[in-house]
Amino acid sequence: MPGPPSLQIHRSASRSKPCKYCRTINSHSLPPAPDMKTQPISNYLLQIFINNEWHTSIKGKKFPTINPATGVKICDVEEADKADVDEAVRAARAAGQRGSEWRQMDASSRGRLLHRLADLLERERAVLATLESMDTGKPFLHAFFVDLDGSIKTLRYYAGWTDKIHGKTMPVDENFVCFTKHEPVGVCGAIIPWNFPLLMFMWKIAPALACGNTVVIKPAEQTPLTALHTGALIKEAGFPPGVVNIVPGFGPTAGAAIGSHMNIDKVAFTGSTEVGQLIKAAAAKSNLKRVTLELGGKNPCIVFADSDLQSAVEETQKGAFFNQGQACTAASRVYVEEAVYDEFLRLSVERAKNIAIGDPLEPRTSHGPQINQHQFDKILELVASGKKEGATLECGGCAVEDRGLFIHPTIFSDVKDHMRIAKEEIFGPVQCIMKFKTQEEVIDRANGTQYGLTAAVFTRDIHRAMSVSAALEAGTVWVNCYNALHAQAPFGGYKMSGNGRELGEYALAEYTEVKAITLKLSERLTL
Amino acid sequence: MGVRGVSALEAVQQGVIYGCVSLLGSVALTYESLSHTSGVFHFKTHHFFTSNSGQSRIFINNEWHDSVSGKVFSTYNPATGEKICDVQEADKADVDKAVQAARSAFSLDSVWRKMDASERGKLLFKLADLVERDRAYLATLESLDTGKPFLSSFFVDLQGTIKTFRYFAGWADKIHGSTIPTDGEYFTLTRHEPIGVCGQIVPWNFPLVMTAWKLGPALSCGNTVVLKPAEQTPLTCLYIGALIREAGFPPGVVNILPGYGPTAGAAIASHMGIDKVAFTGSTEVGKLIQEAAGKSNLKRVTLELGGKSPNIIFADADFELAVEQAHQGVFFNNGQCCTAGSRIFVEEPIYDEFVRRSVERARRRTVGNPFDPTAEQGPQVSVEQQRRVLELIQSGITEGAKLECGGKAPLSKGFFVEPTVFSDVQDHMRIAKEEIFGPVQQIMKFKTIEEVIERANNTEYGLAAAVFTTDLNKAMTVSAALQAGTVWINCYNALSCQCPFGGFKMSGNGRELGEIGLKEYTEVKTITMKMSGKKS
Repeated sequence: MPGPPSLQIHRSASRSKPCKYCRTINSHSLPPAPDMKTQPISNYLLQIFINNEWHTSIKGKKFPTINPATGVKICDVEEADKADVDEAVRAARAAGQRGSEWRQMDASSRGRLLHRLADLLERERAVLATLESMDTGKPFLHAFFVDLDGSIKTLRYYAGWTDKIHGKTMPVDENFVCFTKHEPVGVCGAIIPWNFPLLMFMWKIAPALACGNTVVIKPAEQTPLTALHTGALIKEAGFPPGVVNIVPGFGPTAGAAIGSHMNIDKVAFTGSTEVGQLIKAAAAKSNLKRVTLELGGKNPCIVFADSDLQSAVEETQKGAFFNQGQACTAASRVYVEEAVYDEFLRLSVERAKNIAIGDPLEPRTSHGPQINQHQFDKILELVASGKKEGATLECGGCAVEDRGLFIHPTIFSDVKDHMRIAKEEIFGPVQCIMKFKTQEEVIDRANGTQYGLTAAVFTRDIHRAMSVSAALEAGTVWVNCYNALHAQAPFGGYKMSGNGRELGEYALAEYTEVKAITLKLSERLTL
Repeated sequence: MGVRGVSALEAVQQGVIYGCVSLLGSVALTYESLSHTSGVFHFKTHHFFTSNSGQSRIFINNEWHDSVSGKVFSTYNPATGEKICDVQEADKADVDKAVQAARSAFSLDSVWRKMDASERGKLLFKLADLVERDRAYLATLESLDTGKPFLSSFFVDLQGTIKTFRYFAGWADKIHGSTIPTDGEYFTLTRHEPIGVCGQIVPWNFPLVMTAWKLGPALSCGNTVVLKPAEQTPLTCLYIGALIREAGFPPGVVNILPGYGPTAGAAIASHMGIDKVAFTGSTEVGKLIQEAAGKSNLKRVTLELGGKSPNIIFADADFELAVEQAHQGVFFNNGQCCTAGSRIFVEEPIYDEFVRRSVERARRRTVGNPFDPTAEQGPQVSVEQQRRVLELIQSGITEGAKLECGGKAPLSKGFFVEPTVFSDVQDHMRIAKEEIFGPVQQIMKFKTIEEVIERANNTEYGLAAAVFTTDLNKAMTVSAALQAGTVWINCYNALSCQCPFGGFKMSGNGRELGEIGLKEYTEVKTITMKMSGKKS
């Protein structure tokens, strides 16, 4: 039996070049940072989590996870493949069987477990934020205040739902009585991305567990550490074995096994539109499992001349650069009304130049590295295409010297809708600023994309705010704000940005099957 | 003391027997000299009740106050008739102070009004955790003040209290308005806003649970509260005041005023600064409350009042189950339940056997010291209630019902009444029509389904009802036909915080618990915006 999770984290066994950006956090306003010296992470936190136990991979393979701020390997993690997914699915099926402890549990007790998990996340907040920051490269303070806060709140929110998932009774014709029960779907596969590893983990498991499902979840191969740490907390919270199973591994192997598994009843995926299409096809080819997808975006921000310009500059820029631009909600198309275009551009460039780039664990840092070389190269390739296609590079546009995967916050002006940087999801710190003249025109242009995840409109005019938000083809529209995500509000995409909705009450519908039970009576009931 | 840390679920899972044993040890400790982090509580010497630490005083603005009039009243242990302690007596002037505090806590820019809904939920969760922490203590206090068996207090009252707070904690950020596709060039949305200052008057039969039923939804929706516990049982409710403060609710959000109905209660009902009143108690007083609300400021009123709940046993029912459930349904809490199943209609073929077995069961019912774990039944809450119950029993005998067992007060101190069973009860008798609120079971005979439905509904009340049958058609037909806010099929008193509860007819107005309970604590605001140009 493994002991309690170690609070000490192996940072890098031997860092060849000490880097001036890298030092541990030490600020009185912060919770004490874990000792980050050389104590290895408990081995079991690097293994496959099935049935509340830690397993090595059946094939005996491992994969490394890298700190993108240094390029140094953090550790090796057991690599789950199809055979391991099969094991996990078996465990999840058994845990979700009729008569199992999980299925017999009071709904309110499920809520208590989710609350306990939230409490444990709160207890481990500094550790998890540190791990998240090391594994993703995101600034520690963002991890601590955004990712962890969102994770804890999501768990608490769905903890409250467990015993409030109501069926209905229907006044059916003749001598029948009809009522509905909202039952769990069964075994839910979940495949989550590397940009918000812990938060996406919670977006998936919290509603799934609130509804009484069991879960087989694959964290991204780039960022498996916080998910595995959470496995230990799930066990500690007291979830029965097999309710949550965590299979670290790669998309084409473990992910594909989930997508096409005959014994998985539903799959939820967050990631690229390209892979989302594969998942949906695999679901259709295998067992018609239910599918929810939260995919890419090329999100328009519309800034009218009557808006609070300073605030619009800040919000759109945070929207573009938050998490190094690695967000499906990234505000990557900013349409600015002609009259304020020049001023908006000037202020944006000024602001972008002041962004603090550096060691993610340094509290002043607000901009870290991209996740890996592949993403880094792709971003710089798109930046080059922008220049080539005639957009004006206002600032950034290149890597930070000698700093591995860091890219300067980049702004293009004079961007045209046909350019690749205006059409493709860059997933990097690149803000494209365009000019528009009329409301009709900008709505058409904003909607002229295959994506439809989020959008924003900045204006003081109530009519404009209402009519533009109604006209935009996007699952979320922010008015005078950006990235204002809440556990209570649904989130998901129109068009090729996804299927279904996460968060809010709406997400419960994605994790339940509705059963209509109709009783025939010997005579008609009185009203 | 192992008990404090034991959750309800765990305690139940451990099994009642093991639970009893483990409780016994701690009850002895608890009862004799209970220590608590904020001071030492000695039930023997009653120091804690009169000390400055509050809990026998008026709770306003998170602080403990003496009554404006300087008056106090006594609360008694009904098992012995001895005084437990004196409590500060709130009257109109104290209610005014409390309303002022509640109004200011509800003002537009207050901490409470600006708080995230999810934060309100966290505060309620915290409150539940604190009640759980002090579970053994509160259960002891509740039994001492009401006379209900400790094990019932611990497993029923405390469990219900904790679960209710947790349930409504979860609702705080899920109280959804809607957006509405109005005709014309308009856009409409609704907000479900708190009503304001809610007056709440709770009874003595379930002091803590009723406090939770009132506070849970009111606070979840963002209201502020002026709450009056019953004068017979103010102690646990006042202790909740201390926990409210400890949990971190802003001052003035909850104010607790121990006092009497005709003074403090009446002041709440007719107060011009109170926006809503919720009352649980007798139908007689419920009418006064509604009238006072009408005469003063048309405050919203919810009432949860008396019952004379029918329990219909068909010949095809699981007989053992029906006997036991019918017994528990009427005798639970010494018969002092608004849900008491006090009219048992039994189908003719099984009537005699049902009576025989019910009498046998009632004779086995153990009456005694609430802190004796073998006691199923304690005393009535007060000498007045004891007298009233005995008087109704006498009327039953006089009107010709057959007294099968019980019927007397045992010769001991305290306000006890023997478990009593009447057979051959006719619908016109007082014991078949009036709410007895004591351990008295009336068993009647019926022949047809139509007949029993009519007789069951032939009452001014409509709180609860039950039907015992294994026939699906009968179960559905009877439950659809009964005029009652709750119908139990093959069970009784199966209350849970997720399900609405309230009365048809003169058993009440509105519903408590469940999602629908939120409706009684919110005002719906329709916001309609003129849209320029075409809708899309």
